[in-house]
Amino acid sequence: MTAALAWSDAVTAAQLFALDPIGSGGVLVRSRAGPARERWMAMLRAALPPSGPLKHVPLHISDGRLLGGLDLHATLLAGRPVAERGLLAEADGGVLILAMAERLSSATTVHITAALDARETIVERDGISLRVPARFGVIALDEGLEDEFAPGSLGDRLGFHIDLNEVSIREADEFATDQPAISEARERLSALRTDAEQVEAMCTAAAALGIVSLRAPILALRVACASAALSRHDAVEHDDIALAARLVLAPRALVFSQQQEPAPLEPPQEMPPSEGDDNADKDNPDIERPLDEVILAAVQAALPPDVLAALRASSARSRGRSQGKAGALQKSNKRGRPAGVSRGELRAGGKLNVIETLRAAAPWQPLRRREAAASGEPSRPRILIRKDDFRLSRFKQRTETTTVFVVDASGSAALHRLAEAKGAVELLLADCYIRRDQVALIAFRGNAAELLLPPTRSLARAKRCLAGLPGGGGTPLAAGLDAAFALSDSIRRKGQTPTIVVLTDGRANIARDGAQGRPRAEEDAINAARQLRMADITTVLVDTSPRPGPSGGALAREMGARYLPLPHADATTLSKAVLASMG
Amino acid sequence: MATAFPFSAIVGQDEMKLALLIAAVDPKVGGVLAFGDRGSGKSTAVRALAALLPKMKVVAGCRYNCDPDRPVEFCDDCRGRAAKGALKSAQVPVPVVDLPLGATEDRVVGALDLERALARGEKAFEPGLLARAHRGFLYIDEANLLEDHLVDLLLDVAASGENVVEREGLSIRHPARFVLVGTGNPEEGELRPQLLDRFGLSVEVRTPNDLPSRIEVVRRRDGFESDAAAFTATWAREETKLRKKITSARERLPSVNVPDSALERATRLCMALGTDGLRGELTLMRGARALAALEGKSSVSDEHLRGVAPSALRHRLRRNPLDDAGSSVRVDRAIAEIFG
Repeated sequence: MTAALAWSDAVTAAQLFALDPIGSGGVLVRSRAGPARERWMAMLRAALPPSGPLKHVPLHISDGRLLGGLDLHATLLAGRPVAERGLLAEADGGVLILAMAERLSSATTVHITAALDARETIVERDGISLRVPARFGVIALDEGLEDEFAPGSLGDRLGFHIDLNEVSIREADEFATDQPAISEARERLSALRTDAEQVEAMCTAAAALGIVSLRAPILALRVACASAALSRHDAVEHDDIALAARLVLAPRALVFSQQQEPAPLEPPQEMPPSEGDDNADKDNPDIERPLDEVILAAVQAALPPDVLAALRASSARSRGRSQGKAGALQKSNKRGRPAGVSRGELRAGGKLNVIETLRAAAPWQPLRRREAAASGEPSRPRILIRKDDFRLSRFKQRTETTTVFVVDASGSAALHRLAEAKGAVELLLADCYIRRDQVALIAFRGNAAELLLPPTRSLARAKRCLAGLPGGGGTPLAAGLDAAFALSDSIRRKGQTPTIVVLTDGRANIARDGAQGRPRAEEDAINAARQLRMADITTVLVDTSPRPGPSGGALAREMGARYLPLPHADATTLSKAVLASMG
Repeated sequence: MATAFPFSAIVGQDEMKLALLIAAVDPKVGGVLAFGDRGSGKSTAVRALAALLPKMKVVAGCRYNCDPDRPVEFCDDCRGRAAKGALKSAQVPVPVVDLPLGATEDRVVGALDLERALARGEKAFEPGLLARAHRGFLYIDEANLLEDHLVDLLLDVAASGENVVEREGLSIRHPARFVLVGTGNPEEGELRPQLLDRFGLSVEVRTPNDLPSRIEVVRRRDGFESDAAAFTATWAREETKLRKKITSARERLPSVNVPDSALERATRLCMALGTDGLRGELTLMRGARALAALEGKSSVSDEHLRGVAPSALRHRLRRNPLDDAGSSVRVDRAIAEIFG
């Protein structure tokens, strides 16, 4: 798809979204911040009804602000609990804008998707119990690089997915938005319906495109209605269906056969040509074709095969990789495990628990008022709070551990020990699962190290990665240690504790720059090992060589690692020893 | 939410629907967990169940939904009032209470009523969600993302059937027996094993992958969204039928006979699968009995055991976390062996 086409699709999406923000769910905009995105946003704002609210959700919004809770100011002023509406409720009837959607924490995502599903928010916080309507459309700005994506559960609920990364400002022609025309079309929307044939065709097309979620065809049908309203059609026409398919289904397509042969999730099923036009001529692609073929053709026009291949690759990679994970990891650290509330003084770093403080102060109010009145204090506040009322939230910081396995898959190791190392890693993985640690897997062979598995809790994935690990080639030990160091660093920045387990025979023969030769390679490996020691990372070095020599021990010393020479151990012994030394 | 999607209009998802119905017939089976794909109608089914359930009798004005026919289980309020005179009863819908993620502990267990405390200096207890869910359902969407301290709380209450509150100088205990219903998407994280164990039945939900049912799902959803009232009206008859089925199954339940041969088979199945503890057998028996009651049978047969076994046992297998072969496959295999 050319940039101009992408832009014109984005413009159409903006108009249709503005027409029916709640019904179409929203727009997932994959684009780095830039002038094209700015122009698109400006156009969208112009198209939206001026009366509706437009609310920005900051990335690290607290649950309290998002969902609502106790309004401290009003509560203190009024002397009774006053609820504060959260951002979700404030966005009711309008649009919610999520910046950096790819970094959205899983907690925030869940609150937003729950509101999208129920069209209301349920507040059970700070002594307040409320149900408030929250009907809104979402603009999710996904600024992710290659392998960072907005959470899948969010994208699934947003009708339009557009990509402006390839669009430069020169191609982004300004479109005049006809706000009155859109408002007028909005009036017509409620009268428009899709018929049974159209529902069937959209479902068939979605299945043929490998789209599993049923939200996609449902959203596409609503978009078709919006399109009909905008083009002043009396009923939803083929064009509207085709446009909706192009905008909603095409970006989600996972498979697309070259011919019109459907490649659905199930054994191919011939769609009965609707209403007797069974002599649909394949050579005449205009009106006589069954509707689902019209849809597929529309989608195909939007997606040349090479884009599809890229799409498929990216979606295969994205499956659970870093979808909104940055947040998920932070969650437990930011809050720790609330370990109750304690009486205490307000000092820097202490977190005042307002509601509990008020509760502590409450029983004393009549008494204090009388006291205050007796001593003739002027202009007393409604609620008298003393120092011993202060209640602080306590958190038990349970920092998560991420165990990074660095596996030597080189020829020298592979021949002897790779199978056993795999077995041991599997057993260790199982143990990490029990402790709910995360695991990551780095393998080095040939002339580079590769991060096979970014930190995850999914053991099934870890196991698949491990099973598919090929062996052979040189031993770029330095590269492996460097990769482990870089990963540990990023783990630390997320507030977690990294532990590294290196399984190698220590016979480095590839230097950092990929050059062969044992002396340089060993020197580089020693340097990389020192780096780990300097960073003070808990490390275990398992020497898997058949005759452990002094080199392994020396390397471990440089690394500050525990050294485990395990020449003849089987997987079980190996995992036990590693566990013991990890403490 | 104004109108819920009718339960009987949900296409497919038979295992999930059956599990929810079984829990509605016999709350003692201990909760339903539905894990699966996005957009497969998990939440829809739970919310639909709320609209489907027959009403229940409660002590009028009781904040804990006490059952007037069971004075043994009364809360302190009702006990006090019962001593003074006869209690009035009322018919209310069975509560299906949402436990939203982001709920705070004070709202879950209940706490000092802040308004009364601040305004009048009174020490009064404001019941939380657990009180509201008593004798009904407690629903957690995305149960796998629930914060740990809330999970601990739930585990404790679910085990004892009683909520004990000791905070802010309050000392309250009240009955809190509810059917825990959890849904979630496994891609977003696993469920804590302790919580997993609390669910009697666990079902796997998948988006239907045959075209006709997919079309039907979309068509019904579309019909519901365009005119919820008319759509609900067309399904009213089915809903009434199903409601009657639940009511009569509840009445029949105590008289459903469990023959020794069925007990023996259940035990053999659990042994073959190596499930931990006795909870698997108990759930299997209770579930099969509820299923027999739903079908209007007077005695539990192999068919009923077979129907319930996958959901009653699949989450209780001693799990090898690295075993790709799903638990469902193992259960199916064991069933095939034992029932032949």
